[in-house]
Amino acid sequence: MLAIYKRELYSYFTSPIGYLFVAILWAASGLAFSFFTFLAGQDANISSYFTSELIILMFVTPILTMKSFSEDRKLKTEQLILTSPVSLPGFVVAKFLSSYTLLGGTFIIVNCINLPIMFSYLSDQPLVVYNAVTALGSCVAVLLVGAAFISVGLLISSLTENQIISALGTLIILAALLGASMLNSKIGFAPLRAVLRWLSIYSRFSAFTQGYFDFASLIYYASFAAVCLFVTVRVYEKRRWA
Amino acid sequence: MLKVENLVKKFGDKYAVNDISFSINKGEVVGLLGPNGSGKTTTMNIITGFLSYTSGSVTINGYEILENPSEAKRNIGYLPDQPPLYPEMTVKEYLNFVYDLKGCTLNRKKHIMEICEITKTVDIRDRLIRNLSKGFYQRVGIAQALVGNPKIILLDEPTVGLDPKQIIEIRSLIRGLGRDHTVIISTHILSEVQAVCDRILIMNKGRLAADERTDELTKLMEGTKRVLAQICGSKKTILESLRALDGVSYVESSKEIPGTDATLFKIESNNGSDIRKKIFEMCAEKNMPIIGMELASASLEDVFLNITREKQTASRKTKKTSKIR
Repeated sequence: MLAIYKRELYSYFTSPIGYLFVAILWAASGLAFSFFTFLAGQDANISSYFTSELIILMFVTPILTMKSFSEDRKLKTEQLILTSPVSLPGFVVAKFLSSYTLLGGTFIIVNCINLPIMFSYLSDQPLVVYNAVTALGSCVAVLLVGAAFISVGLLISSLTENQIISALGTLIILAALLGASMLNSKIGFAPLRAVLRWLSIYSRFSAFTQGYFDFASLIYYASFAAVCLFVTVRVYEKRRWA
Repeated sequence: MLKVENLVKKFGDKYAVNDISFSINKGEVVGLLGPNGSGKTTTMNIITGFLSYTSGSVTINGYEILENPSEAKRNIGYLPDQPPLYPEMTVKEYLNFVYDLKGCTLNRKKHIMEICEITKTVDIRDRLIRNLSKGFYQRVGIAQALVGNPKIILLDEPTVGLDPKQIIEIRSLIRGLGRDHTVIISTHILSEVQAVCDRILIMNKGRLAADERTDELTKLMEGTKRVLAQICGSKKTILESLRALDGVSYVESSKEIPGTDATLFKIESNNGSDIRKKIFEMCAEKNMPIIGMELASASLEDVFLNITREKQTASRKTKKTSKIR
Protein backbone atom coordinates (compact mmCIF):
# COMPACT_ATOMS: atom_id res chain seq x y z
CA MET A 1 0.00 0.00 0.00
CA LEU A 2 2.82 2.38 0.92
CA ALA A 3 4.49 1.54 -2.39
CA ILE A 4 1.40 2.58 -4.37
CA TYR A 5 1.01 5.74 -2.28
CA LYS A 6 4.62 6.75 -2.90
CA ARG A 7 4.45 5.99 -6.60
CA GLU A 8 1.25 7.98 -7.04
CA LEU A 9 2.66 11.04 -5.31
CA TYR A 10 5.82 10.67 -7.36
CA SER A 11 3.84 10.45 -10.60
CA TYR A 12 2.02 13.70 -9.82
CA PHE A 13 5.34 15.46 -9.93
CA THR A 14 6.80 13.68 -12.94
CA SER A 15 3.87 14.87 -15.03
CA PRO A 16 2.45 18.39 -15.34
CA ILE A 17 -0.69 17.39 -13.44
CA GLY A 18 0.68 17.88 -9.94
CA TYR A 19 2.18 21.27 -10.77
CA LEU A 20 -0.94 22.34 -12.63
CA PHE A 21 -3.11 21.42 -9.67
CA VAL A 22 -0.97 23.25 -7.12
CA ALA A 23 -0.61 26.30 -9.35
CA ILE A 24 -4.32 26.64 -10.10
CA LEU A 25 -5.40 26.04 -6.51
CA TRP A 26 -2.83 28.48 -5.23
CA ALA A 27 -3.54 31.20 -7.78
CA ALA A 28 -7.32 30.94 -7.50
CA SER A 29 -7.18 30.94 -3.70
CA GLY A 30 -4.93 33.98 -3.82
CA LEU A 31 -7.34 35.79 -6.14
CA ALA A 32 -10.33 34.94 -3.96
CA PHE A 33 -8.39 35.98 -0.90
CA SER A 34 -7.42 39.39 -2.33
CA PHE A 35 -10.93 39.91 -3.58
CA PHE A 36 -12.56 39.30 -0.21
CA THR A 37 -10.03 41.19 1.92
CA PHE A 38 -8.04 44.00 0.33
CA LEU A 39 -10.53 44.83 -2.39
CA ALA A 40 -13.62 44.43 -0.20
CA GLY A 41 -12.66 47.20 2.22
CA GLN A 42 -15.27 47.45 4.97
CA ASP A 43 -17.07 44.27 3.82
CA ALA A 44 -14.07 42.00 4.26
CA ASN A 45 -15.22 38.68 5.61
CA ILE A 46 -14.02 35.13 5.84
CA SER A 47 -17.34 33.50 5.02
CA SER A 48 -17.19 34.46 1.32
CA TYR A 49 -13.54 33.46 1.16
CA PHE A 50 -14.17 29.91 2.33
CA THR A 51 -17.24 29.54 0.15
CA SER A 52 -15.15 30.48 -2.86
CA GLU A 53 -12.50 27.97 -1.76
CA LEU A 54 -15.18 25.30 -1.99
CA ILE A 55 -16.06 26.30 -5.55
CA ILE A 56 -12.36 26.39 -6.49
CA LEU A 57 -11.97 22.86 -5.15
CA MET A 58 -14.89 21.75 -7.28
CA PHE A 59 -12.95 22.82 -10.36
CA VAL A 60 -9.50 21.55 -9.42
CA THR A 61 -10.33 18.18 -7.89
CA PRO A 62 -11.06 16.57 -11.29
CA ILE A 63 -7.52 17.51 -12.39
CA LEU A 64 -6.20 15.53 -9.49
CA THR A 65 -8.35 12.43 -9.79
CA MET A 66 -8.91 12.09 -13.51
CA LYS A 67 -6.02 9.76 -14.13
CA SER A 68 -6.01 7.82 -10.86
CA PHE A 69 -7.64 4.58 -11.93
CA SER A 70 -8.22 5.44 -15.57
CA GLU A 71 -4.52 5.50 -16.36
CA ASP A 72 -3.74 2.27 -14.55
CA ARG A 73 -6.48 0.64 -16.52
CA LYS A 74 -5.26 1.99 -19.81
CA LEU A 75 -1.61 1.10 -19.21
CA LYS A 76 -2.70 -2.33 -17.86
CA THR A 77 -0.64 -1.60 -14.77
CA GLU A 78 -3.70 -2.48 -12.74
CA GLN A 79 -2.92 -6.07 -13.73
CA LEU A 80 0.42 -5.73 -11.98
CA ILE A 81 -1.14 -4.19 -8.88
CA LEU A 82 -4.09 -6.56 -8.66
CA THR A 83 -1.87 -9.62 -9.06
CA SER A 84 0.51 -8.41 -6.35
CA PRO A 85 -0.12 -9.21 -2.69
CA VAL A 86 -1.93 -5.88 -2.08
CA SER A 87 -5.58 -5.98 -1.08
CA LEU A 88 -8.18 -4.16 -3.14
CA PRO A 89 -9.16 -1.75 -0.32
CA GLY A 90 -5.45 -1.08 0.22
CA PHE A 91 -5.09 -0.17 -3.45
CA VAL A 92 -8.07 2.23 -3.36
CA VAL A 93 -7.06 3.82 -0.05
CA ALA A 94 -3.49 4.36 -1.27
CA LYS A 95 -4.81 6.18 -4.34
CA PHE A 96 -7.10 8.25 -2.13
CA LEU A 97 -4.36 9.18 0.32
CA SER A 98 -1.94 10.27 -2.39
CA SER A 99 -4.51 12.59 -3.99
CA TYR A 100 -5.55 13.80 -0.58
CA THR A 101 -1.99 14.54 0.46
CA LEU A 102 -1.62 16.86 -2.48
CA LEU A 103 -4.97 18.57 -2.01
CA GLY A 104 -4.73 18.88 1.77
CA GLY A 105 -1.08 19.87 1.69
CA THR A 106 -1.61 22.62 -0.85
CA PHE A 107 -4.67 23.91 0.97
CA ILE A 108 -2.90 24.02 4.33
CA ILE A 109 0.19 25.75 2.94
CA VAL A 110 -1.89 28.30 1.04
CA ASN A 111 -3.93 29.15 4.12
CA CYS A 112 -0.92 29.29 6.40
CA ILE A 113 0.05 32.24 4.24
CA ASN A 114 -3.40 33.71 3.60
CA LEU A 115 -5.03 33.59 7.01
CA PRO A 116 -2.33 35.42 9.08
CA ILE A 117 -2.42 38.22 6.52
CA MET A 118 -6.18 38.31 6.75
CA PHE A 119 -6.11 38.61 10.52
CA SER A 120 -3.51 41.32 10.58
CA TYR A 121 -5.74 43.17 8.15
CA LEU A 122 -8.88 42.57 10.22
CA SER A 123 -7.22 43.17 13.58
CA ASP A 124 -8.98 46.49 14.09
CA GLN A 125 -12.36 44.80 13.89
CA PRO A 126 -14.04 43.82 17.14
CA LEU A 127 -14.83 40.24 16.12
CA VAL A 128 -11.28 39.09 15.46
CA VAL A 129 -11.32 36.20 17.94
CA TYR A 130 -14.64 34.99 16.65
CA ASN A 131 -13.26 35.20 13.12
CA ALA A 132 -10.13 33.24 13.99
CA VAL A 133 -12.11 30.36 15.44
CA THR A 134 -14.53 30.38 12.53
CA ALA A 135 -11.62 30.30 10.11
CA LEU A 136 -10.13 27.24 11.80
CA GLY A 137 -13.50 25.49 11.78
CA SER A 138 -13.96 26.33 8.12
CA CYS A 139 -10.51 24.96 7.31
CA VAL A 140 -11.42 21.65 8.91
CA ALA A 141 -14.69 21.63 6.95
CA VAL A 142 -12.95 22.39 3.64
CA LEU A 143 -10.48 19.58 4.26
CA LEU A 144 -13.30 17.11 4.83
CA VAL A 145 -15.28 18.31 1.83
CA GLY A 146 -12.05 17.90 -0.14
CA ALA A 147 -11.94 14.25 0.95
CA ALA A 148 -15.51 13.78 -0.24
CA PHE A 149 -14.72 15.46 -3.58
CA ILE A 150 -11.66 13.29 -4.15
CA SER A 151 -13.56 10.12 -3.42
CA VAL A 152 -16.21 11.11 -5.98
CA GLY A 153 -13.40 11.73 -8.49
CA LEU A 154 -11.81 8.35 -7.75
CA LEU A 155 -15.13 6.57 -8.16
CA ILE A 156 -15.72 8.16 -11.57
CA SER A 157 -12.12 7.46 -12.56
CA SER A 158 -12.55 3.78 -11.76
CA LEU A 159 -15.46 3.58 -14.18
CA THR A 160 -13.67 4.71 -17.33
CA GLU A 161 -10.28 4.47 -18.96
CA ASN A 162 -10.76 7.84 -20.65
CA GLN A 163 -9.27 10.65 -18.58
CA ILE A 164 -11.37 13.38 -20.20
CA ILE A 165 -14.61 11.57 -19.45
CA SER A 166 -13.34 10.95 -15.95
CA ALA A 167 -12.58 14.66 -15.37
CA LEU A 168 -15.80 15.94 -16.94
CA GLY A 169 -17.94 13.37 -15.15
CA THR A 170 -16.42 14.34 -11.83
CA LEU A 171 -16.92 18.03 -12.50
CA ILE A 172 -20.57 17.54 -13.42
CA ILE A 173 -21.31 15.46 -10.34
CA LEU A 174 -19.52 17.86 -8.02
CA ALA A 175 -21.37 20.80 -9.58
CA ALA A 176 -24.65 18.96 -9.11
CA LEU A 177 -23.80 18.25 -5.47
CA LEU A 178 -23.06 21.91 -4.85
CA GLY A 179 -25.90 23.19 -7.00
CA ALA A 180 -28.57 21.03 -5.38
CA SER A 181 -28.99 23.46 -2.52
CA MET A 182 -28.89 26.54 -4.72
CA LEU A 183 -31.90 25.26 -6.67
CA ASN A 184 -33.53 24.28 -3.43
CA SER A 185 -35.83 27.28 -3.15
CA LYS A 186 -37.20 26.60 -6.64
CA ILE A 187 -38.51 23.19 -5.68
CA GLY A 188 -42.15 23.25 -4.57
CA PHE A 189 -42.27 19.76 -3.10
CA ALA A 190 -41.31 20.18 0.56
CA PRO A 191 -40.07 16.64 1.43
CA LEU A 192 -37.75 16.62 -1.59
CA ARG A 193 -36.47 20.02 -0.53
CA ALA A 194 -35.71 18.69 2.93
CA VAL A 195 -33.86 15.66 1.55
CA LEU A 196 -31.85 17.82 -0.82
CA ARG A 197 -30.93 20.22 1.95
CA TRP A 198 -29.83 17.31 4.09
CA LEU A 199 -27.74 15.86 1.28
CA SER A 200 -26.36 19.14 0.05
CA ILE A 201 -22.68 19.67 0.65
CA TYR A 202 -23.05 23.40 0.25
CA SER A 203 -25.82 24.16 2.74
CA ARG A 204 -24.04 22.09 5.37
CA PHE A 205 -20.83 23.93 4.62
CA SER A 206 -22.26 27.44 4.98
CA ALA A 207 -22.92 26.75 8.67
CA PHE A 208 -19.16 26.42 9.23
CA THR A 209 -18.41 29.75 7.60
CA GLN A 210 -20.97 31.38 9.89
CA GLY A 211 -19.07 30.15 12.92
CA TYR A 212 -21.19 27.12 13.70
CA PHE A 213 -19.08 24.00 14.11
CA ASP A 214 -21.38 21.12 13.21
CA PHE A 215 -20.02 17.65 14.06
CA ALA A 216 -22.92 15.93 12.31
CA SER A 217 -21.83 17.53 9.04
CA LEU A 218 -18.23 16.45 9.56
CA ILE A 219 -19.43 12.89 9.99
CA TYR A 220 -21.61 13.32 6.92
CA TYR A 221 -18.60 14.37 4.81
CA ALA A 222 -16.43 11.58 6.14
CA SER A 223 -19.07 8.95 5.51
CA PHE A 224 -19.76 10.38 2.07
CA ALA A 225 -16.09 9.84 1.24
CA ALA A 226 -16.10 6.37 2.79
CA VAL A 227 -19.16 5.29 0.79
CA CYS A 228 -17.61 6.48 -2.49
CA LEU A 229 -14.38 4.61 -1.75
CA PHE A 230 -16.35 1.51 -0.81
CA VAL A 231 -18.26 1.65 -4.09
CA THR A 232 -14.93 2.05 -5.93
CA VAL A 233 -13.72 -1.18 -4.32
CA ARG A 234 -16.98 -2.81 -5.40
CA VAL A 235 -16.46 -1.58 -8.98
CA TYR A 236 -13.18 -3.49 -9.05
CA GLU A 237 -14.73 -6.55 -7.41
CA LYS A 238 -17.53 -6.47 -9.95
CA ARG A 239 -15.08 -6.38 -12.83
CA ARG A 240 -13.22 -9.36 -11.42
CA TRP A 241 -16.37 -11.39 -11.04
CA ALA A 242 -17.97 -10.32 -14.30
CA MET B 1 3.25 -26.47 -7.17
CA LEU B 2 0.28 -25.33 -9.25
CA LYS B 3 -2.97 -27.24 -9.30
CA VAL B 4 -5.99 -26.28 -11.36
CA GLU B 5 -9.12 -28.31 -10.81
CA ASN B 6 -12.34 -28.22 -12.84
CA LEU B 7 -11.86 -24.56 -13.58
CA VAL B 8 -14.84 -22.83 -15.18
CA LYS B 9 -15.16 -19.19 -16.11
CA LYS B 10 -18.30 -17.79 -17.66
CA PHE B 11 -18.71 -14.34 -19.14
CA GLY B 12 -22.46 -13.91 -19.18
CA ASP B 13 -23.61 -17.30 -20.47
CA LYS B 14 -20.53 -17.81 -22.64
CA TYR B 15 -17.87 -20.18 -21.42
CA ALA B 16 -14.41 -18.65 -21.65
CA VAL B 17 -12.85 -21.53 -19.76
CA ASN B 18 -14.80 -24.73 -19.58
CA ASP B 19 -13.87 -27.33 -16.98
CA ILE B 20 -10.09 -27.61 -17.28
CA SER B 21 -7.85 -29.45 -14.83
CA PHE B 22 -4.08 -29.86 -14.76
CA SER B 23 -1.24 -29.73 -12.30
CA ILE B 24 2.28 -28.51 -12.84
CA ASN B 25 5.32 -29.61 -10.87
CA LYS B 26 8.34 -27.68 -9.74
CA GLY B 27 10.86 -26.83 -12.44
CA GLU B 28 8.61 -27.60 -15.39
CA VAL B 29 8.40 -25.28 -18.36
CA VAL B 30 4.90 -25.60 -19.70
CA GLY B 31 3.47 -24.12 -22.87
CA LEU B 32 -0.16 -23.12 -22.99
CA LEU B 33 -1.08 -23.32 -26.61
CA GLY B 34 -4.18 -22.44 -28.54
CA PRO B 35 -5.68 -20.27 -31.25
CA ASN B 36 -6.81 -16.73 -30.47
CA GLY B 37 -9.79 -16.64 -28.17
CA SER B 38 -9.26 -20.14 -26.83
CA GLY B 39 -9.08 -19.01 -23.21
CA LYS B 40 -5.31 -18.91 -22.62
CA THR B 41 -5.20 -15.37 -21.30
CA THR B 42 -8.34 -15.87 -19.23
CA THR B 43 -6.81 -18.96 -17.65
CA MET B 44 -3.65 -17.03 -16.83
CA ASN B 45 -5.63 -14.12 -15.43
CA ILE B 46 -7.49 -16.52 -13.17
CA ILE B 47 -4.35 -18.29 -11.97
CA THR B 48 -2.80 -14.94 -11.06
CA GLY B 49 -5.92 -13.76 -9.25
CA PHE B 50 -6.69 -10.89 -11.63
CA LEU B 51 -10.02 -12.48 -12.50
CA SER B 52 -12.16 -14.70 -10.36
CA TYR B 53 -13.51 -18.04 -11.55
CA THR B 54 -17.09 -19.24 -11.76
CA SER B 55 -16.32 -22.63 -10.22
CA GLY B 56 -13.39 -24.95 -9.59
CA SER B 57 -10.20 -24.19 -7.72
CA VAL B 58 -6.67 -22.91 -8.27
CA THR B 59 -4.05 -23.86 -5.69
CA ILE B 60 -0.63 -22.25 -5.75
CA ASN B 61 2.02 -23.75 -3.53
CA GLY B 62 -0.74 -24.95 -1.21
CA TYR B 63 -2.67 -21.67 -1.13
CA GLU B 64 -6.06 -21.27 -2.79
CA ILE B 65 -6.04 -18.10 -4.90
CA LEU B 66 -9.42 -16.76 -3.75
CA GLU B 67 -9.17 -17.92 -0.16
CA ASN B 68 -5.59 -16.84 0.59
CA PRO B 69 -4.97 -14.33 -2.17
CA SER B 70 -1.98 -12.51 -0.72
CA GLU B 71 -0.06 -15.71 0.20
CA ALA B 72 -0.84 -17.24 -3.18
CA LYS B 73 0.13 -14.08 -5.07
CA ARG B 74 3.50 -13.95 -3.30
CA ASN B 75 4.43 -17.09 -5.24
CA ILE B 76 3.56 -15.63 -8.61
CA GLY B 77 5.28 -13.45 -11.16
CA TYR B 78 3.13 -12.46 -14.10
CA LEU B 79 3.81 -10.82 -17.43
CA PRO B 80 0.40 -10.00 -18.97
CA ASP B 81 -0.01 -9.78 -22.74
CA GLN B 82 0.76 -6.08 -22.53
CA PRO B 83 3.70 -5.38 -20.16
CA PRO B 84 2.34 -3.35 -17.22
CA LEU B 85 4.84 -0.49 -17.30
CA TYR B 86 4.74 3.12 -16.10
CA PRO B 87 6.26 5.17 -18.93
CA GLU B 88 7.25 8.09 -16.70
CA MET B 89 9.57 5.97 -14.53
CA THR B 90 13.07 4.77 -15.19
CA VAL B 91 13.64 1.02 -15.28
CA LYS B 92 15.38 1.13 -11.91
CA GLU B 93 12.62 3.16 -10.27
CA TYR B 94 10.03 0.84 -11.73
CA LEU B 95 11.73 -2.30 -10.48
CA ASN B 96 12.11 -0.70 -7.06
CA PHE B 97 8.40 0.07 -7.07
CA VAL B 98 7.56 -3.54 -7.95
CA TYR B 99 9.94 -4.66 -5.20
CA ASP B 100 8.01 -2.58 -2.65
CA LEU B 101 4.66 -3.56 -4.10
CA LYS B 102 5.41 -7.24 -3.70
CA GLY B 103 6.74 -6.66 -0.19
CA CYS B 104 10.06 -8.39 -0.87
CA THR B 105 12.55 -9.03 1.88
CA LEU B 106 15.60 -9.89 -0.24
CA ASN B 107 18.60 -7.60 -0.42
CA ARG B 108 17.13 -4.86 -2.59
CA LYS B 109 20.17 -3.64 -4.52
CA LYS B 110 21.64 -7.06 -5.10
CA HIS B 111 18.33 -8.62 -6.11
CA ILE B 112 17.41 -5.91 -8.62
CA MET B 113 20.91 -5.98 -10.08
CA GLU B 114 20.67 -9.76 -10.51
CA ILE B 115 17.35 -9.42 -12.32
CA CYS B 116 18.76 -6.74 -14.60
CA GLU B 117 21.64 -9.05 -15.44
CA ILE B 118 19.39 -12.01 -16.19
CA THR B 119 17.13 -9.96 -18.44
CA LYS B 120 20.04 -7.96 -19.93
CA THR B 121 18.63 -4.61 -18.91
CA VAL B 122 21.69 -3.42 -17.00
CA ASP B 123 22.59 -0.79 -19.59
CA ILE B 124 19.13 0.72 -19.75
CA ARG B 125 18.53 0.86 -15.99
CA ASP B 126 18.54 4.63 -15.86
CA ARG B 127 16.49 5.28 -18.96
CA LEU B 128 12.84 6.28 -18.93
CA ILE B 129 10.60 3.38 -19.87
CA ARG B 130 8.79 5.71 -22.27
CA ASN B 131 11.89 5.87 -24.46
CA LEU B 132 12.54 2.13 -24.71
CA SER B 133 11.92 -0.06 -27.73
CA LYS B 134 9.35 -2.83 -27.85
CA GLY B 135 11.96 -5.52 -27.18
CA PHE B 136 13.08 -3.78 -24.02
CA TYR B 137 9.47 -3.26 -22.93
CA GLN B 138 9.17 -7.01 -23.02
CA ARG B 139 12.43 -7.50 -21.12
CA VAL B 140 11.46 -5.04 -18.41
CA GLY B 141 8.11 -6.80 -18.24
CA ILE B 142 9.88 -10.11 -17.65
CA ALA B 143 12.20 -8.45 -15.13
CA GLN B 144 9.13 -7.26 -13.25
CA ALA B 145 7.78 -10.81 -13.13
CA LEU B 146 11.06 -12.02 -11.62
CA VAL B 147 11.09 -9.55 -8.73
CA GLY B 148 10.85 -11.36 -5.41
CA ASN B 149 11.97 -14.70 -6.88
CA PRO B 150 8.46 -16.11 -7.25
CA LYS B 151 8.15 -19.89 -7.51
CA ILE B 152 5.81 -19.71 -10.50
CA ILE B 153 6.30 -17.40 -13.44
CA LEU B 154 3.55 -16.87 -15.99
CA LEU B 155 4.39 -15.19 -19.27
CA ASP B 156 1.57 -14.33 -21.66
CA GLU B 157 2.88 -14.31 -25.23
CA PRO B 158 6.36 -13.15 -24.25
CA THR B 159 7.82 -12.96 -27.76
CA VAL B 160 5.07 -11.10 -29.58
CA GLY B 161 6.37 -8.17 -31.59
CA LEU B 162 10.06 -8.96 -31.18
CA ASP B 163 12.61 -9.32 -33.96
CA PRO B 164 14.07 -12.79 -34.64
CA LYS B 165 17.24 -12.15 -32.67
CA GLN B 166 15.32 -10.91 -29.67
CA ILE B 167 12.99 -13.90 -29.90
CA ILE B 168 15.94 -16.28 -29.70
CA GLU B 169 17.34 -14.36 -26.71
CA ILE B 170 14.04 -14.30 -24.85
CA ARG B 171 13.57 -18.02 -25.49
CA SER B 172 16.95 -18.89 -24.05
CA LEU B 173 16.12 -16.59 -21.15
CA ILE B 174 12.91 -18.51 -20.50
CA ARG B 175 14.69 -21.83 -20.68
CA GLY B 176 17.21 -20.50 -18.16
CA LEU B 177 14.37 -19.54 -15.83
CA GLY B 178 13.13 -23.12 -15.94
CA ARG B 179 16.09 -24.23 -13.87
CA ASP B 180 14.92 -22.47 -10.69
CA HIS B 181 11.29 -21.66 -11.38
CA THR B 182 8.15 -23.22 -12.69
CA VAL B 183 7.37 -21.40 -15.91
CA ILE B 184 4.13 -21.27 -17.86
CA ILE B 185 4.13 -19.47 -21.19
CA SER B 186 1.14 -18.94 -23.40
CA THR B 187 1.57 -18.61 -27.12
CA HIS B 188 0.06 -19.48 -30.45
CA ILE B 189 3.47 -19.97 -32.05
CA LEU B 190 4.20 -23.69 -32.15
CA SER B 191 7.88 -23.57 -32.83
CA GLU B 192 8.25 -21.53 -29.68
CA VAL B 193 6.72 -24.22 -27.54
CA GLN B 194 8.77 -26.86 -29.32
CA ALA B 195 11.93 -24.89 -28.61
CA VAL B 196 11.26 -24.00 -25.00
CA CYS B 197 8.74 -26.23 -23.25
CA ASP B 198 8.92 -29.67 -21.68
CA ARG B 199 5.20 -30.03 -21.71
CA ILE B 200 2.32 -28.69 -23.75
CA LEU B 201 -1.24 -27.93 -22.80
CA ILE B 202 -3.39 -27.29 -25.83
CA MET B 203 -6.52 -25.27 -25.32
CA ASN B 204 -9.35 -24.96 -27.79
CA LYS B 205 -12.61 -23.12 -27.22
CA GLY B 206 -12.09 -22.98 -23.48
CA ARG B 207 -11.37 -26.67 -23.13
CA LEU B 208 -8.15 -28.55 -22.60
CA ALA B 209 -7.64 -30.43 -25.87
CA ALA B 210 -4.35 -32.11 -25.01
CA ASP B 211 -1.84 -32.41 -22.19
CA GLU B 212 1.34 -34.14 -23.37
CA ARG B 213 5.08 -34.00 -23.09
CA THR B 214 6.52 -32.13 -26.06
CA ASP B 215 8.64 -35.03 -27.36
CA GLU B 216 5.73 -37.47 -27.15
CA LEU B 217 3.43 -35.15 -28.98
CA THR B 218 5.96 -34.80 -31.78
CA LYS B 219 6.45 -38.56 -31.84
CA LEU B 220 2.73 -38.99 -32.29
CA MET B 221 2.95 -37.34 -35.66
CA GLU B 222 6.08 -39.06 -36.87
CA GLY B 223 3.95 -42.11 -37.71
CA THR B 224 2.91 -40.46 -40.95
CA LYS B 225 5.41 -39.03 -43.40
CA ARG B 226 4.48 -36.65 -46.10
CA VAL B 227 6.13 -36.28 -49.51
CA LEU B 228 5.82 -33.16 -51.60
CA ALA B 229 6.42 -33.99 -55.26
CA GLN B 230 6.27 -31.91 -58.43
CA ILE B 231 5.37 -34.23 -61.30
CA CYS B 232 4.82 -33.36 -64.98
CA GLY B 233 1.90 -34.79 -66.94
CA SER B 234 -1.85 -34.97 -66.84
CA LYS B 235 -3.13 -34.31 -63.37
CA LYS B 236 -5.78 -37.00 -63.50
CA THR B 237 -3.51 -39.86 -64.61
CA ILE B 238 -0.88 -38.96 -62.04
CA LEU B 239 -3.46 -38.86 -59.26
CA GLU B 240 -4.82 -42.24 -60.28
CA SER B 241 -1.46 -43.93 -60.53
CA LEU B 242 -0.27 -42.43 -57.23
CA ARG B 243 -3.37 -43.69 -55.46
CA ALA B 244 -2.80 -47.13 -56.91
CA LEU B 245 0.71 -47.20 -55.47
CA ASP B 246 1.34 -49.60 -52.60
CA GLY B 247 1.79 -47.90 -49.19
CA VAL B 248 0.17 -44.60 -50.12
CA SER B 249 -2.66 -43.61 -47.82
CA TYR B 250 -3.54 -40.19 -49.08
CA VAL B 251 -2.86 -38.08 -52.18
CA GLU B 252 -3.88 -34.54 -52.82
CA SER B 253 -3.09 -32.37 -55.82
CA SER B 254 -2.09 -28.88 -54.85
CA LYS B 255 -1.10 -25.90 -56.99
CA GLU B 256 0.28 -26.05 -60.52
CA ILE B 257 3.91 -25.09 -60.92
CA PRO B 258 4.12 -21.96 -63.14
CA GLY B 259 6.20 -22.22 -66.32
CA THR B 260 5.95 -26.02 -66.49
CA ASP B 261 3.22 -28.59 -66.99
CA ALA B 262 3.90 -29.95 -63.50
CA THR B 263 1.60 -30.06 -60.50
CA LEU B 264 2.48 -30.23 -56.81
CA PHE B 265 1.18 -33.34 -55.04
CA LYS B 266 0.99 -34.05 -51.35
CA ILE B 267 1.43 -37.75 -50.70
CA GLU B 268 1.16 -39.45 -47.31
CA SER B 269 2.31 -42.96 -46.51
CA ASN B 270 0.38 -45.01 -44.03
CA ASN B 271 3.04 -46.87 -42.07
CA GLY B 272 5.64 -44.15 -41.77
CA SER B 273 7.81 -45.68 -44.48
CA ASP B 274 9.76 -43.57 -46.98
CA ILE B 275 7.94 -43.95 -50.32
CA ARG B 276 10.08 -41.62 -52.41
CA LYS B 277 11.81 -44.49 -54.21
CA LYS B 278 8.51 -46.12 -55.11
CA ILE B 279 7.14 -42.87 -56.48
CA PHE B 280 10.27 -42.36 -58.56
CA GLU B 281 10.17 -45.87 -60.02
CA MET B 282 6.48 -45.62 -60.82
CA CYS B 283 6.85 -42.23 -62.50
CA ALA B 284 9.88 -43.35 -64.50
CA GLU B 285 7.96 -46.38 -65.75
CA LYS B 286 5.04 -44.25 -66.89
CA ASN B 287 7.24 -41.50 -68.31
CA MET B 288 6.08 -38.76 -65.93
CA PRO B 289 9.15 -36.63 -65.13
CA ILE B 290 9.61 -35.62 -61.47
CA ILE B 291 11.08 -32.14 -61.30
CA GLY B 292 11.17 -31.88 -57.52
CA MET B 293 10.54 -34.01 -54.48
CA GLU B 294 11.05 -33.57 -50.73
CA LEU B 295 10.18 -35.28 -47.49
CA ALA B 296 8.31 -33.15 -44.98
CA SER B 297 8.05 -34.54 -41.49
CA ALA B 298 4.99 -33.49 -39.54
CA SER B 299 5.41 -30.49 -37.28
CA LEU B 300 3.64 -29.62 -34.12
CA GLU B 301 1.46 -27.48 -36.35
CA ASP B 302 -0.08 -30.62 -37.79
CA VAL B 303 -0.57 -32.10 -34.34
CA PHE B 304 -2.21 -28.95 -33.21
CA LEU B 305 -4.52 -28.64 -36.19
CA ASN B 306 -5.32 -32.34 -35.97
CA ILE B 307 -6.22 -32.19 -32.32
CA THR B 308 -8.33 -29.07 -32.59
CA ARG B 309 -10.01 -30.37 -35.75
CA GLU B 310 -10.75 -33.76 -34.19
CA LYS B 311 -12.36 -32.13 -31.22
CA GLN B 312 -14.45 -29.96 -33.50
CA THR B 313 -15.77 -32.81 -35.61
CA ALA B 314 -16.30 -34.87 -32.49
CA SER B 315 -18.38 -32.16 -30.90
CA ARG B 316 -20.27 -31.66 -34.15
CA LYS B 317 -21.06 -35.35 -34.29
CA THR B 318 -22.40 -35.39 -30.74
CA LYS B 319 -24.52 -32.37 -31.57
CA LYS B 320 -25.97 -34.16 -34.58
CA THR B 321 -26.77 -37.32 -32.67
CA SER B 322 -28.43 -35.37 -29.94
CA LYS B 323 -30.59 -33.67 -32.53
CA ILE B 324 -31.63 -37.02 -33.97
CA ARG B 325 -32.64 -38.18 -30.54
